[in-house]
Amino acid sequence: MTAALDEKMPRRFTDEETGEEGAKIEAFLHHFQEEDEEDTVSSAKISARNLNFYYGDQQALFDNNLDIAEGRITAIIGPSGCGKSTHLRIYNRIFQLYGNQRAEGEVLLDGKNLLDSGTNLIELRRRIGMIFQKPTPFPLSVFENVAYGLRLHFKMPKSELNGRVESALKKAALFDEVKDKLDKPGVALSGGQQQRLCIARTIALEPEILLMDEPTSAIDPVATRKVEELAEELKGNFTIVIVTHSMQQAARISDFTAFFYKGKIIEYGLTKEMFTNPKQKQTEDYITGRFG
Amino acid sequence: MTPRSDKGRKLLDWMVKAISVCAALLGLFFLGWILFVVIDRGIAAINWQFFTKLPMPPGMEGGGVANAILGTMIMTALATLLGVPAGLLAGVYLAEFGKHSRLGAWVRFTVNVLMGIPSIILGLFVYSILVYPFGTFSGWAGGVALSILMFPVVARTTEDMLSMVPNALREAALAIGNPRWMATLSIIFRAAKSGLITGVLLSVARVSGETAPLLFTALNSSYMMKSLNEPLANLTVTIYQYAMSPYDDWNQIAWGASLLIMTAVLLLNLAARFAVREKKI
Repeated sequence: MTAALDEKMPRRFTDEETGEEGAKIEAFLHHFQEEDEEDTVSSAKISARNLNFYYGDQQALFDNNLDIAEGRITAIIGPSGCGKSTHLRIYNRIFQLYGNQRAEGEVLLDGKNLLDSGTNLIELRRRIGMIFQKPTPFPLSVFENVAYGLRLHFKMPKSELNGRVESALKKAALFDEVKDKLDKPGVALSGGQQQRLCIARTIALEPEILLMDEPTSAIDPVATRKVEELAEELKGNFTIVIVTHSMQQAARISDFTAFFYKGKIIEYGLTKEMFTNPKQKQTEDYITGRFG
Repeated sequence: MTPRSDKGRKLLDWMVKAISVCAALLGLFFLGWILFVVIDRGIAAINWQFFTKLPMPPGMEGGGVANAILGTMIMTALATLLGVPAGLLAGVYLAEFGKHSRLGAWVRFTVNVLMGIPSIILGLFVYSILVYPFGTFSGWAGGVALSILMFPVVARTTEDMLSMVPNALREAALAIGNPRWMATLSIIFRAAKSGLITGVLLSVARVSGETAPLLFTALNSSYMMKSLNEPLANLTVTIYQYAMSPYDDWNQIAWGASLLIMTAVLLLNLAARFAVREKKI
């Protein structure tokens, strides 16, 4: 379905159409131009260096090199099974839950290799939060879902805890919807609300980086819009990496885009450049909907 | 090529359905029958004295099994205290830590074997390590024998229930910065709560009706318990002894005790069902 939608996209940039369609193109490009200035300077928050990944004997990532810009949104796109999520899941080392998966190479977080065996995973995961494809509220109340992580990492008086939970729910644009059911189970919320609850739970810990693994693929369009707006609001304070199947989503919210294909990073650069003027044939084929 | 008549297929379909319904009803039928017989024979023995009085010699009016009720409860509690934490932790190891490890595979195999060992052999084993060396049958030995019986049941159900919790929740719990043990205890256990409670209740129900492991360990006693270091009265061995006796009034009490155990097991099963149903709401 996405392929059919995506097919239209490149035409907006390449065909010199007039009329309504043309106006849309104008608006679209203008949106990019506005962002031009802020895109010029940004340092790397995370740098993957010669990163290889294996599921058992099978290699899934090949020699990935990628710099994630601080305070920006980086989108990772590519066809199913190309290693997008695999790459993302190395950053907080969540892949280690499974015994047969291993990563080789370096992932530098502020210059330190987080793949080192000495890395404190608890601290790492407080600094790097993750939102998953399916909403995964804990089997706790709405309030406790957010308070859980705060209690885990910090000691604070009850009043401060309440304040931080409320502020996290507000940041996640959820507070108004749940303020009367804070003691209801988190799983009783709708799918979109659950996903925003998971975001609230994660940003409550004030991480530096937010990893989003197809965060909107299991929720409805309205909730999707809310999550996207949220991501745009949060950038600046957070470095955001988002894996997405939707190229419109990547174009809408990201500053940088990395295109993955068969475990390799084919192209990486400013989103507007990649979508208007892809350098690699494979990238062009993918974003014009010829495969994937 | 002509279309096949579906008469034969429909008949076969009907027959298979009918046979499987009959087989299913068989289970219901026997449970009903057993219940009927036990209630029919046992109800006459149930009165106030049955619960409050000590056993009387045959022929004397007004004996009860107060000591056996207490003994069974204490040994079941002892077994639960020993067997459930050990079983839970072993289940946690199997599901969370050693799922794919070699040791995990060995433990899983061992637990399965342990589950299949006839309970009378467990009784003999405990006799050899706790009764013979100390020179006396005891409540301790009975509780230990029951707990060994409980351990594999709890370990396996714990593993099964924890394995049913989706990995997505495990990842989410870890991604927020939990150490593994904490994620397991505070998130995964909670998600599997009703299943774990069911497992424990069913294992309690299972051992509360065991006779063979107690024959060689707690034996039986017609006195009120003074300590766990002596033979301890219990319902199942009482049933065994009284039902084999030639005295009508003892036979009657055996039926009463059977009804009591049966009711308790039934209630535990109902409680387990209730625990599961609560989750779905």
